[in-house]
This record gives sequence, structure tokens and C-alpha cells, in this order.
Amino acid sequence: MTILDFPFMQRALLAALLVGMAAPAVGVYLVQRRQAFMGDGIGHVALTGVGLGFLLSTSPVWTAVLTASAGAVLIELIRERNRVSGDVALSVLFYGGIAGGVMLINLAPEGSNANLQSYLFGSLTSVSPEDIRIITILAVAVLVVTLGLRRALFTVCQDEDFARVTGLPVRALNLLLAVTAAVTVTVAMRVVGLLLVSALMVVPVAVAQQLSRTFSMTAALSIVVGVLVSVSGTALTYYVDAPPGATIVLLAIALFVLVGLLATPLNRRRARRAEAAAAEAGPARVDDVQVDAEVPGAGTMAT
Amino acid sequence: MTRLQAPVARLIGGTASLGGRPVLRGVDLSVHPGEVVALLGANGSGKSTLVRTLIGLVPLTGGTIELFDTPFARFRDWSRIGYVPQRTTAAAGVPASVREVVTSGLLDGRRVLGPGRRGRAAVDEALAAVGMLDRARDGIAHLSGGQQQRVLIARALARRPDLLIMDEPMAGVDLRSQEVLAGTLRAQQEQGRAVLLVLHELGPLEPLIDRAVVLREGCVCHDGPPPRAVGQHALPGHDHVHPHDDHTVHHAGMGLLS
Repeated sequence: MTILDFPFMQRALLAALLVGMAAPAVGVYLVQRRQAFMGDGIGHVALTGVGLGFLLSTSPVWTAVLTASAGAVLIELIRERNRVSGDVALSVLFYGGIAGGVMLINLAPEGSNANLQSYLFGSLTSVSPEDIRIITILAVAVLVVTLGLRRALFTVCQDEDFARVTGLPVRALNLLLAVTAAVTVTVAMRVVGLLLVSALMVVPVAVAQQLSRTFSMTAALSIVVGVLVSVSGTALTYYVDAPPGATIVLLAIALFVLVGLLATPLNRRRARRAEAAAAEAGPARVDDVQVDAEVPGAGTMAT
Repeated sequence: MTRLQAPVARLIGGTASLGGRPVLRGVDLSVHPGEVVALLGANGSGKSTLVRTLIGLVPLTGGTIELFDTPFARFRDWSRIGYVPQRTTAAAGVPASVREVVTSGLLDGRRVLGPGRRGRAAVDEALAAVGMLDRARDGIAHLSGGQQQRVLIARALARRPDLLIMDEPMAGVDLRSQEVLAGTLRAQQEQGRAVLLVLHELGPLEPLIDRAVVLREGCVCHDGPPPRAVGQHALPGHDHVHPHDDHTVHHAGMGLLS
């Protein structure tokens, strides 16, 4: 009997594969615009949706998708209005999401702490055939948006002010990205749980950007890393009795540390070469800022 | 003599505020084709807000804006405008190559998916214009501040704009980047295209400036020929471009700006 002979394991591995692709595909844009925490916040809000699903005795995935999307749009509007003072408003929203979720699940007839647990930390082996259909549809939608609109999303997340002056529909793209992130969070909650969703969106990107100089390469590598850790982490839990969400995230973090140790000499060499090229172009001024591999964004996790 | 060409950008009686504080208090400004206009003023005089208002990044609380003879609300032809924002770095949270950043300058409301094949030539041309073609594959974070500024100029030039707007492009750049900037101004002028640039002081770009608009406390206090040079910059033949140094040299227009 091998791991793939069990239908529940087939579904778990398929879900892990889809989430491993979708989460970093969205996460790379969030990290690019220095909003790595966004996934976390949406995850908090999604919990209210899960609670709502229990209370109404419908599929918690759909109510979570709707609530998380509404939350993500609200987050985006708060961010757009006040860029500096928005973080307090966002915190209130995030805490409200968690508290509302716990309260609603408590009120629901079949709600229990075990149910809550499975959404907070993931419950891969209980993924039903119906669940896998929803996860597939949503993950494909996420990939279509994030890959199809990659140039426009890159432009907006790289420099939003500039993007506005290009004539791109910046607001629509921002809202689309927010909703896409919300959908990803709900898709990933069965695999890694709402509390660790953001890790699967951010850590693969953090691994990839240590190895890459271009955005497209970072995005591609982070999807590879996401699939690698989520599928191998899921497979591992078949042999070892370990929670899949935590296993996947710890694998990703281990990879982050390992690649960091290996990539540091590589980035140093790159920085030296860039410096040499800059010196060739003309003597640099004292205040001519030299940016090298040591700064955030070039080798560390930008949060 | 051809007929007088309509301004590429015009602001009439513009007022704007930031955080409830009035920053622009009735500003008139127009930029004509083929003209290089410098926007000068002390810190807090509203010069950055003025250009940001002109391109819709700061909402106007009063007055009217026309871009290429079209009222702002109906203006859609953003590909005619190139914008170089004031930045200390061109890098974001994820690595990006020089080519990727410059290519992003080709997108607009009609080309959301990407620039296509012809875009590559436009990107190459823009990179060559700022002397960064050989660095196209490098990561933007690995470049010096001056080189990053040149990449941002290339990003704006890639769409071959009829109006190039630059916000403090001289801040902290090296000699080579200043030469590139001067070359860009000259090329735009020769092609009959317009430039509006925010400067802290005229400095070495002075000979390339057709007209200077000086702001003080949100009002235009000078609109005409660049303010008379003082000190060594008044000497005949002093038209070369060199790096300025804030600590030792007093530049043209200081009297008006301080």
C-alpha cells in the first residue's frame, strides 16, 4: 500500500499542490508592496466567515470567501485613504475578525472547539471531494489573475504613484489583488490553517528572492518552493504523526535559513561586481547611496 | 511663424491642501510644447504638491487643470505623460531587474496585459538614452542611487512622452547621472517635447532651462526667465554641467529661494 492509494491522501496532496502554487503567486505581490502582513489580516477576518458558515449550516468555505473578500476590500480602502494612520484601523478590523469568528462558532449548534481548531490550524486529511472541487476552481482563478495580469500588478505594486500616472486602472487592480488574496486565504485555510496562511504566502517568496535578481524569476521560484514544501510536508505527515500546517511552514522556514546561509556569499559577490561597475561608470559621490545585498529586499524578508 | 501652440499642461487658479493644511493657494502654471520649465522654491513651498496635483496624485480643491487641451476629468491619453517620482530608491520588497522596471513604463489604460514585441525596442532605446543598456539584466537594488534615478528616467522615457515631469531628479545623484539628465532635457527640447521639473535650485542645469516658476508659500512669486545667476555661475561660458555640492557652493536663484 503506498501513500497514493488512499483517496483521502490523494485529495490532501492535490489540495497541497494547488495551495502551494496559489499562495506564493499572490504573496509575491504583497511582499513586493511591503504588505506581507496582509494575508494574516485577511485570515483573521475569514474566521468570522467560517463562524457564519457554521451558524447558517452552510459550507464554511463559501461564507469565508465572501467575508474575507469583503474584509480585504475594506483593508484596501483603509490603506488607500490613510497611508500612515491606517494601521490602527486595520488592527481593530483584524481583532474583530478573530473575536467575531470565535463568538459565532460558539453560538452555532454544531460548533465546537475541535471545529475551530481545524480551521485555525488546517485539517488536510478531512478534505472532502466537494472541498477539492471548490479548492480547484478557486486556485485556478487565483493563478489566472496573478499570472495573466502580472505586468499590470507588477507595475502597481512596484510604484503605485507611478502606476496612477501611467493610466492603469490602479484602484480596480488593487481591489482585484485584495479579493484574490482573500480567495487564496480561504483556499489555503484547509491546508495550513488561517493562522499560518500568511506564512505560505510570504516565506516561499522570502526563499526565492535570495536566489534571484528579477521579479519574474522570484515569482516562478517562489511557486516552486511553495509546491515543494506543501507537497513534501503533506506527504511527511502520512509517515509521521505531525500537524500538516506546522510541518509545511517549518519546512519552508528551514529552507529559508538554509538558502540564506548558502546565498550570502553569492549576494556579496554580486554586490562587489555591481560596485566595480559603478566605479567604472565614474567616481561615486560620497552621498551617492550604494545599495547592496545587505539591505532589505535583496536578501532578507521584507515585511 | 506657426500659430501659438496650446499648452501641454495648464493649471488655472489651482488650490490644494494636504491633511487640511492649504499648500497651493491659487497657482497658475502652463507648460508649452518644446519648453523646459523648472519649478523652484524652498522646502514646503508646494512645488512637489503642484506637480502631483497636475497629474492627479493630489486632488485639486479649486481651480482647473487641462492636459493637452483636455479638461482633466476627460483626459485619458496618459501615454503622452512620463512621470519620474521623487524616490530615494527604485527598489520594492521583491527584487526586480532594470529591464522589468523600465518595461513597466510602457503599460497604460489600453495596454494592461503588457507592451508586446514593439515594447522591447522602446525599452532598449530608453535604457540606451540613460546609459544603462548594459545593466538591463541587473537587479535594481544593486545599483547606486544615481543609477536607480536613471532607471526611473528611462521608465518614464520608454513611452516617448510629450510631457516629461520630474520631481527632484537632482537629489543625491552622481556626475554621470547629471549628464544623463542634461542630455534628456536637451533631447526632449530638440524633439519639441516639454519638460516640467521640480528642482531645489537651478544649479548646473540652468543653461537648459527655458523658464523658471518660483513658488513661495503656495503662490507663484516669479514666472519668467531663470532667476539671475550669482557668484561663479554668472561668469560667461559657465554652462557646463557639473555635480553640485550643497555644502560649499551657492547656486543661482538662491536669493529667491531662501
